[in-house]
Amino acid sequence: MTSALLEVKGLKTWLGDSDNPLRAVDGIDFTIQRGQTFALLGESGCGKSMTALSLLRLNPHPASRILAGQIYLAGQDLLTLSEADMRHIRGRRIAMIFQEPQSSLNPVLSVGDQIGECLQWHFNLSGDKLRSRIISLLESVGIPDPEQRIKEYPHQLSGGMKQRVVIAMALAGEPELLIADEPTTALDVTIQAQILDLLKQIQRDTGMAILLISHDLAVVAQVADYVAVMYAGQIVESASRSQFFEHYQHPYTKKLFAALPTEQKRDQRLSVIKGNVPVLTQEFTGCRFVERCEQVMECCESNVPQWHEQQNHGVRCHLFDSEKSVEQSIVQQAINSSPLSEVLPADRLVLDVKSLKVHFPIHKGLFQRVVGHVRAVDDVSLSLRQAETVALVGESGCGKTTVGKGILQLVPVTSGEVNYQGQILNKLSERELKQHRSALQIIFQDPFASMNPRMTITQIIEEGMSTKHLGKDVAARSKRVDDLLDRVGLRPEHKHRYPHEFSGGQRQRICIARALAAEPEIIICDEPTSALDVSVQAQILNLLREIQHEFGLSFLFITHNISVVNYLAHRVAVMYLGRIVEQGDRDEVLNSPKHPYTQALLAAVPELDEDKQRSVIRLSGELPSPANPPKGCHFHQRCPKAMPVCSEQYPTQTELSQTHEVRCFLYEEYEHGSTDAT
Amino acid sequence: MPFLPVFLWTDLLIYLLLAVVLVAVIYIRQYPHLRTPWKLVLQRKRGVISIMVLLCYVSIGLLDSVHFRQALEIDKDGDTQHYATEVMTLLDLAVLPLRQHAEKTYSSPFATRSFVREMQSAETGQLSYDYPLLVHAGSHLQVEQDKSADIQYRLMINSVWALLVWALVLLIFLILTAKRHAEPYLKTLRQIGSGQTEYPLRTAFSMLLGILLLSFNLVDLSVDYHVLGTDKVGQDVLYQSLKSVRTGLVIGTLTTLVMLPFALFMGITAGFFKGWVDDVIQYIYTTLNSIPGVLLIAAAVLMLQVYMNNHPENFVTVAERADMRLLFLCIILGITSWTGLCRILRGETLKLREAEYVLASRALGAGSFSILRRHILPNLMHIVMIAIVLDFSGLVLAEAVLSYVGVGVDPSMISWGNMINSARLEMARDPVVWWSLSAAFFSMFTLVLAANLFADVVRDAFDPRMQAGR
Repeated sequence: MTSALLEVKGLKTWLGDSDNPLRAVDGIDFTIQRGQTFALLGESGCGKSMTALSLLRLNPHPASRILAGQIYLAGQDLLTLSEADMRHIRGRRIAMIFQEPQSSLNPVLSVGDQIGECLQWHFNLSGDKLRSRIISLLESVGIPDPEQRIKEYPHQLSGGMKQRVVIAMALAGEPELLIADEPTTALDVTIQAQILDLLKQIQRDTGMAILLISHDLAVVAQVADYVAVMYAGQIVESASRSQFFEHYQHPYTKKLFAALPTEQKRDQRLSVIKGNVPVLTQEFTGCRFVERCEQVMECCESNVPQWHEQQNHGVRCHLFDSEKSVEQSIVQQAINSSPLSEVLPADRLVLDVKSLKVHFPIHKGLFQRVVGHVRAVDDVSLSLRQAETVALVGESGCGKTTVGKGILQLVPVTSGEVNYQGQILNKLSERELKQHRSALQIIFQDPFASMNPRMTITQIIEEGMSTKHLGKDVAARSKRVDDLLDRVGLRPEHKHRYPHEFSGGQRQRICIARALAAEPEIIICDEPTSALDVSVQAQILNLLREIQHEFGLSFLFITHNISVVNYLAHRVAVMYLGRIVEQGDRDEVLNSPKHPYTQALLAAVPELDEDKQRSVIRLSGELPSPANPPKGCHFHQRCPKAMPVCSEQYPTQTELSQTHEVRCFLYEEYEHGSTDAT
Repeated sequence: MPFLPVFLWTDLLIYLLLAVVLVAVIYIRQYPHLRTPWKLVLQRKRGVISIMVLLCYVSIGLLDSVHFRQALEIDKDGDTQHYATEVMTLLDLAVLPLRQHAEKTYSSPFATRSFVREMQSAETGQLSYDYPLLVHAGSHLQVEQDKSADIQYRLMINSVWALLVWALVLLIFLILTAKRHAEPYLKTLRQIGSGQTEYPLRTAFSMLLGILLLSFNLVDLSVDYHVLGTDKVGQDVLYQSLKSVRTGLVIGTLTTLVMLPFALFMGITAGFFKGWVDDVIQYIYTTLNSIPGVLLIAAAVLMLQVYMNNHPENFVTVAERADMRLLFLCIILGITSWTGLCRILRGETLKLREAEYVLASRALGAGSFSILRRHILPNLMHIVMIAIVLDFSGLVLAEAVLSYVGVGVDPSMISWGNMINSARLEMARDPVVWWSLSAAFFSMFTLVLAANLFADVVRDAFDPRMQAGR
């Protein structure tokens, strides 16, 4: 027996009918050693989840078939086992956790019952033994007070807790291999850091191997021992982590790294991968990346590249074929970037938000009496200059989206002022407001949901114009639609198509075109790239930068992605539970954060470069409910530097420099000239 | 004038509906994006089959919706023109033999003798207790025993005729298409035969052949036989089945027409504006929903009956009375059945009003009305469409049940419900009288099945995600 725990050879899983199959997984080989964390990295649709499902033979049936290959688990071929035998493998020797903890838990069963199910089936435990095992499992995944939690139902737990329960369920069978399919994608950064820590710690304690499936280079850099990159159903590169991150070689991998937004790339366009992922229903005669590759050679079109391995670093690319005399210069060719100067904001204020409050009433009882308020946004002040990008950063549920909607008057504002060009928008009547509507536009996170599926692209874009009574005559309008589509990089011939005929990135471009159609001054971008792949994200970010240059737009960029902020923003505001706790220039906030929450948030962001990684500041607990915020500073219960005064009153604003403001008692004395609290 | 046109209320509403449909068709044809889903409907075999079946029913129903009174011969002394009290329709004219060939009582399909024995006297004066010969059916036969030979011969001849007509239609079609695409006839024919055409022409032509065969044989045989037998008073069951089509269609379509404005208006208003508007509308439909539907219908129909009895001067003919009752039934059915659709629409609107594209539209400055028109309504139309077609079949069935209970259409109006009602007692007879019930069952079944299949195809075609999959 080898030391390899799992060996996959030539696995092929095809979807669809046999005439026109979709080659989702098309001949992949990899080996996972015991106790190793093996990361499978790839963009959406590359077949990484299908690989994971195939390992357990849980691939959708009859929609897909495993056509060829062997999967050896400690020497035993799983593909030859009967379905009944497989049931003793699943959960017992290989366990799996999914992306969305909400949907992997059954809402009508208590936490204890769900974990117990696996224990009853694999170990025949019952009664007290079962109970004590469940409690010890919950303890091992760091759930406080497990005796109580055992009786609770999924809806009573927060997102991070649910993912812990899911991990506990997976651990119940004491598996040798844990397959984690994007385990932290649906979670906030601070929770993500906790879960990744937990996985590492469990691996240390039990010595099990982990197959981590992810699209996030930084997450992989944090936890993986060995990395494999998938593209269009095949593994194109694999190496140990240190080797991979220092000497990534495949053109696709290079492009992926180049597409990542960082602080250093602020003065240039992000590198994008041209074209789209090839349709997997075709039979490939050459390299799958050939149409998008910048180092393409003659043989790439005609010959399928073989796997070339040197010192445990494998690449599927003709560039590394030792038989072909490839000039080293081509191999080393750097990815060229085009410069794009930074936008310099003008000094003119276009939007001034003063102590904005948005409270949603909570109705209860027979007569729907108001019993309280959800303080989604509680006293937020922001300003936006022309051609400036202000990033609003925070975890989910902190109210950052509501700020955006409040500014646009899409939700009723409780109090405060939204001042645009001397007009207080929230005081205007519906009729007066209409004249200013088109000046403020919004781009949403989910390009799939933000377009009416029953309208063509023309109709969608024309909506922006017709509501402003722009261009009554048909020819001029159609010309403008063409221009806008051209501007956002889409072909005007496609204007009579419906949104569902486009890919995610293209749809987001259409949404941008719709916003531009109204000739706005301010665009509120509500996580416009978080539903997109890295390479597509780069395209959208480039486009946003370009239109900012061209039209002098101001962006309020709502996001949780710090690297995007670092690339795009001029100023940053950090929000916690309905309030801005720190705001200032990007450099000040991101490179020398002052508020403990900002520090913890930034520390939790996984970094590609291990040296750069700040030591994680552990935040205990989760975001409190905005319906019932804690007394005093909202953050004091989780704050590592909490002082007695923090639980009594809310700190006032402290100006650290002309641009940098923070709300924390640590710095209040500083301002009054007493001793430095840090 | 040889006839006096009679415009019944339901006729007018049907013409209105027809006009609306025609305008909609013309409108849709102008816009490629509206045309596409309907093209998809026509490209599917099930769609073509159900449309052809439905068209047959609709054309029967439309023929039966042109009412008039025939002129009576002018008396010698008087000079004013009098008209018959009986209201006829185009359908009645077309199938005049069926209408006139009434027997004394029951007779089974293709029978030459009555179903019940009778005392009769022979020419010799001898009394016998036997099955009497039918007055009309088989009267052309020399010898009664020739019946089966005669039927077989006619089936053959009619089928040949049907085939000939079918071949003629195919030929004309071939010539037209071949000319348009400038392709040889044989190639076009081969394409149709192998099913490689854009639209399922092979299915359409097979279906056409089936319909032609059926109608040719029915028309010819029904002149000399009672193809589906006769009922208790000797009326031809085939005639009844044909006349019932209009009643079913009217109930199915007009009820929806009555219900739709309520459901759409109330549902969307409640969902979009929320607040007290929502409370009021919810209160209304919850209350209405708690009243037993049959009770409400029975009460309303009985009230109308009393009114009609007290004001006979308002109704010149029996047909007008029956029609008023039918219309009233449609309205009352509509009033009791809008709540379901309203509830669905309200829920869907609640969901849609929070959709990001609605928010984006509001950010663009669109008003409530424009959002309702551009975003909410089009995204509800598929629900409305499915509800209409599904309700249609439900209502056709409901009519049968209500007439069976006795609160349905006027007893003088031929409908599937009345046919079933009058046939139910005979189910206990031995040998059983099965043809009335089966005829009603099969004609209703075909209509409802075709409507349901049509609803299915329409829903698929209008779902943007389904289009992407194809």
